[in-house]
Amino acid sequence: MELEPVIGFEVHSELKTKTKVFCGCKNAFGDPPNTNVCPVCLGMPGVLPVLNRRAFELALRTAIALHCEISERTTFDRKNYYYPDLPKNYQISQQYAVLGRRGYLEIEINGQTRRVGINNVHLEEDAGKNVHPETAGARYSLVDLNRAGVPLLEIVSEPDIRSRDEAEAYMHGLRSLLQYCDASDCKMQEGSLRYELNISMRRPGDPLPDYRVEVKNLASMKSVLRALDYEIRRQTRLLEEGRKPARETALWDDAAGETRTMRSKEGAQDYRYFPEPDLVEVHIDRAWMERARAELPELQHQRCKRFVEQLGLPEYDARILTQSRPLADYFEAAVRLHNNPKAISNWIMTELLRVLGEEVEPDDLKVRPSHLARLVGMIDSGAISGKIAKQVFPDMLETGRMPDEIVREKGLVQISDTSALESVVAEVIAENPDVAEDYRAGKDKALGRLVGQAMKKTRGQANPQLLNELLRKTLRGE
Amino acid sequence: MHLNEQTITQLAPLLQARKLSSVELTRSVLERIRALEPRVRAYLSVMETQALHMAEEADRRFKRGENVTPLTGIPVALKDNLCTQGWPTTCASKILQNFVPPYDATVVARLKDAGAVFVGKTNLDEFAMGSSTENSAFQVTANPWDLERVPGGSSGGSAAAVAADECIAALGSDTGGSIRQPAGFCGVVGLKPTYGRVSRYGLVAFASSLDQIGPFGKTVADCALVMNCIAGRDPADSTSASVAVPDYASALRADVKGLRIGVPKEYFVEGLSREVETAVRGAVARLAELGAEAVEISLPHTPYAVATYYLCAPAEASSNLARYDGVHYGYRAADQDNIIDMYTRTRHDGFGTEVKRRIMLGTYALSAGYYDAYYLKALKVRTLIKRDFEQAFELCDVIATPTSPTPAFRAGEKTGDPIQMYLSDIFTISANLAGIPAISLPCGFAQNGGHPLPIGLQLIAPVFREDTLFRVAHTYEQATDFHKKKPTL
Amino acid sequence: MPSEKVTEADVRHVAYLSRLEFNADEIQRFTHDLNNILLYVDKLAELDTSAVEPTSHSLKMQNVFRDDEVRASLTNEQALANAPEREGPFFKVPQIIQEP
Repeated sequence: MELEPVIGFEVHSELKTKTKVFCGCKNAFGDPPNTNVCPVCLGMPGVLPVLNRRAFELALRTAIALHCEISERTTFDRKNYYYPDLPKNYQISQQYAVLGRRGYLEIEINGQTRRVGINNVHLEEDAGKNVHPETAGARYSLVDLNRAGVPLLEIVSEPDIRSRDEAEAYMHGLRSLLQYCDASDCKMQEGSLRYELNISMRRPGDPLPDYRVEVKNLASMKSVLRALDYEIRRQTRLLEEGRKPARETALWDDAAGETRTMRSKEGAQDYRYFPEPDLVEVHIDRAWMERARAELPELQHQRCKRFVEQLGLPEYDARILTQSRPLADYFEAAVRLHNNPKAISNWIMTELLRVLGEEVEPDDLKVRPSHLARLVGMIDSGAISGKIAKQVFPDMLETGRMPDEIVREKGLVQISDTSALESVVAEVIAENPDVAEDYRAGKDKALGRLVGQAMKKTRGQANPQLLNELLRKTLRGE
Repeated sequence: MHLNEQTITQLAPLLQARKLSSVELTRSVLERIRALEPRVRAYLSVMETQALHMAEEADRRFKRGENVTPLTGIPVALKDNLCTQGWPTTCASKILQNFVPPYDATVVARLKDAGAVFVGKTNLDEFAMGSSTENSAFQVTANPWDLERVPGGSSGGSAAAVAADECIAALGSDTGGSIRQPAGFCGVVGLKPTYGRVSRYGLVAFASSLDQIGPFGKTVADCALVMNCIAGRDPADSTSASVAVPDYASALRADVKGLRIGVPKEYFVEGLSREVETAVRGAVARLAELGAEAVEISLPHTPYAVATYYLCAPAEASSNLARYDGVHYGYRAADQDNIIDMYTRTRHDGFGTEVKRRIMLGTYALSAGYYDAYYLKALKVRTLIKRDFEQAFELCDVIATPTSPTPAFRAGEKTGDPIQMYLSDIFTISANLAGIPAISLPCGFAQNGGHPLPIGLQLIAPVFREDTLFRVAHTYEQATDFHKKKPTL
Repeated sequence: MPSEKVTEADVRHVAYLSRLEFNADEIQRFTHDLNNILLYVDKLAELDTSAVEPTSHSLKMQNVFRDDEVRASLTNEQALANAPEREGPFFKVPQIIQEP
C-alpha cells in the first residue's frame, strides 16, 4: 500500500518588540527569573491589558507577507485553561475574528514552486515557563513568568504538506519570511520559534483522514524531521496492519527518539473561548493597509532579484545568500564597505556557510561584515594574496581580529615593492641558470618554475603579478 | 451638626478657609466608626493611622495653598474590591484574605492626587456577587435604618458607611446595580457612570464588560464632585473612553424646564411594592411640577434583562476568577500532592457558595455545545436591550424608575433562593447591559414600625450624559427633604 | 420540572473545568440550583434573535494601543511578596500532572 503523509504546522513565533504584548515589561530572553514581571503579566486582581502597537503591526505585516486576507475588524478572545505558567488561567488570543486568513507560503521543491495554504495568522500572548527542579524525586515545580505576555504570532497552515522535504522547505521558508519581515529573531534554541506538527497518512487521492496526530515539544528543525520520520513509520506500520492510528496529541521525546501520547482527542480540552472584554476591536482601514503594504520590508525573492540585477551576482549565489535575512544582511553590509560582491559572495559561500547552521547565526560570528570586507579589500589592493587570506581567515573566525592586524603580526604582508623583489629575482636567476636559459630559448613554461622558487624564498608573500613581470623583464635583459 | 455628618460641599470651603482641619474632621469620622462599627459592620478594615497621616498631609496642602481640590482633606471610604497599594484588598473573599496589592487602582491614585483621606475599605458581597452584602466571607453589614435589614449589595459597606456618617463619601462598583440598589436601600445617592467613563484599572473584575466604579454621597452635588476627580480616560484601561469630561459641578442647576422624563411602563408591574410605586410616581409628578414633561415610554425587553445578565456576567466572572488558584498570590490549600488537587481544594475552600454558583453557571454557559444557546444568545438579547434605550432616548432625555422593587429586605430573607435574590436587581441591571449611566437618590420612605426605610428613585440617561442625571437629580433633591433625614442609631 | 437540563455528571464536568471540587451534597445542590437558573434564563428562547448582532462590549471603541516602550517592572521581591510558596526567585507549586 503506497501511503503519503498529510502534514500541517502550527508555528508560534515570538515577535521582536521591546516590551510584552499587553504591558510595558521587557521582552527579553535570559534575564533572572521573575524580574520582567508586573501586576499585568502576573495576572494580579483588577489589572488590565493594553495592546502593544508594534506587536500588532508586526503581526499585520507578517499576515500580509503570507498573502492573508486581513480582517477589517479583528478582535481578541480568551482561551480558558488552567496551567501554572499561565497566570490568569486564560490566554488572550484570537478566535472569532482573527487577524489574517486564507494565505499561503510558496516553497520550492526540486526547482518547482508549491503553495502551502495558511489557514490563519493570529496574535496572542506567550505563557511563562515551568522549571522542573534538578533534585531527583522532587514533587514540585517552579514558575518563571518573564516570558508570560511576550507577543506571540501563531501561524496555522493547512494540511497541504506531503513529504519530509516539503516540511523542511516550509520550515525554512517560514523562518526566512519571519526574518525578512523583521518580525522575529527565530531563535529556536531560545524558543522564539516553535513548531508543532500534525500528521496523518492516506492513500494519494483519498480525502483527508479522519484522525490526526499532533506532535508538540519539538525543540529544533532536526527534531521536527525526526518526529516526522518516526510518525510516518509508526502510522504506516499501523495502517499496514489494518489498524487506524488514534487521534491524539503527543509529545516528542528527543532522547528516546519517539512520540508519547499526551492526551487522546476524546478528552479534548474545552477552551470556552469568548470575546475579551478588556480589549477593544482593531479596525484596519484602507489607509492603514496601504501604509502597511508600503512599509513591507523587501522579501526574499525581491532581494534575490536585486542581488542579481544590481550587484551582478549569479542567480545561484543570490539564492543562497538570501535564504536567510541575517545572511543577506551580512553580505550586503560587507558589500557596502567594499564593492566587490562576487568576491564577498565567494568568501561567504565557501568559508562562512561551513560554520553557519541552526545553532550559529551570522550575528553570532566574530567575523563581522567589516572584517570580511577588509579582507577582500586587501586581496583586491594587492596587499595580500588569496592564499594568505585563506591562512588568515581561521584566525579571524576564532578571534574576531581585523585581517590587517593578523597579517602584520604574522609578517604576511605581500611584497609589492619592486626593489625588494628585484634582488630575489636576481638570486633565483643566478641559482637556476638552466631554467633561465630554457625560458630565454622560448620555453615560456620555465617562467613558472622561477616564479615558484621566488615565492618560496618570500614565503609566499611576493605579489605574483609583479614577480612575473620582473622575472620576464630581467630575463629578456630589458 | 457633627462634622462627620456634613457634605463635601459644606466641608470643602471650611477646610480651604482653614476654619477646620482635615485631622479634626478625620478624627470625628474615626470616632463615629469606632462607635458604630460593632453594630453596622460597614468596614472590613479601617486605615486609622494612614487616614491621620493623609489628613496631616492634606492640612499641609491647605497651609501651602497648593494642590487644593474640593476633595482635599475629605474622609472617603473605598469598597474593598479597589486595589490599594500596600493595604490589603480582599474582595470580602477568603481567597484574597492576605493579598496586598503592589499597585493602586487608578481611581485610588486619582483620589490620592486630589488629597482625599482614606478611612477604610468597606464590606461587599464576595467579589461583588450579590445584592445584600450577605455573601461577604467576613461579616454581614447592617442597614443603618434598620439593623435587622440588609444594606443592599454588593457595595453595601460603602452605602451603609455613607448613610451612617462613617465617612463623607465613598466609592463602590456597579455591575448589575451594586451601587444604586444599596444607595436606594440606605437612603443615599449613588451613581453608576457610563461604561468607560471611569477607569476600571485596579477594580477587581467581576464582569468586565459591565463593571463600573462610581461614587456614593450624601447629596447629588457630592457625587458630582467625586466624579470630577475620578472620571476620564486612563491609558491603563483600554475600555476607558476618550470623551472629554465636563465639569459636573456646573451641571448642578436647579432647573428641569423642558426636559422630558420617560416613565417606562415595564417597570411598574407585579412585584413592585405599592409604597415604592407611590414614591416614584410622586417623584415624577414633582419633577413635572418643576417644569419637566413626563412621557410614558416602553422598554419592551425589560423582562429579559435579568436572564441576560445572569448569563453574561457569570460567563465573564468564570474567566475573571480563574486566576485565584493559589499559585501567585492569595490563599492556597496546604499539603496538596499535585497541582490539580491544589487548584480544586484552594478554590473549594477559598470561594463562597454564591461565587462558586456563578463560576459554575458561567463555565456552563461558555462550554462546548452551550455557547450559542446561552452565552451568544444573551449577547444578542443585550443588543435588543441596548436598542430599547436608544429608541426610548429619542422620546425623552432621562428615564425615571424605581431603583428596586422593594425597600431593604430582612437579612436572611433571600439567601436560600438565588433567583429571588437576583430579581432584586431587576430594575438596575439594564443600565449595565446597555452601558448607560444611572443614579439612585432618595425619594421617600416606606413604613416599617419605628424604622422607616428609604426608597430610591433611579434616573437613567444616554451614554455620557451624567450631566443630565446630575441636573435632574439635583433639581429634585433641592425641592425635597428626603436626603436630609438621618437614620437613628 | 421539565426534563432536567443539567445532570449531576454535567455538574461534575463543569466543576472540573472550573477547577472546583464538590462533595456529594454540594453536587446535588448545585445541580438543583443550575437547573433552576437555566430554567429561568430559558425565557430568552422566546426571542427571535436570528438577525441580531451580539453585544460583547458596552461601548463601541476601536484601536486603543500603547507604544512599545519599556516601563518599570516589579522587583523579584515585590513579584513574590504575595506568593503562597516560593523557592529562590521562583513561584513554587506542587508537581504538575497532565490532565486525566
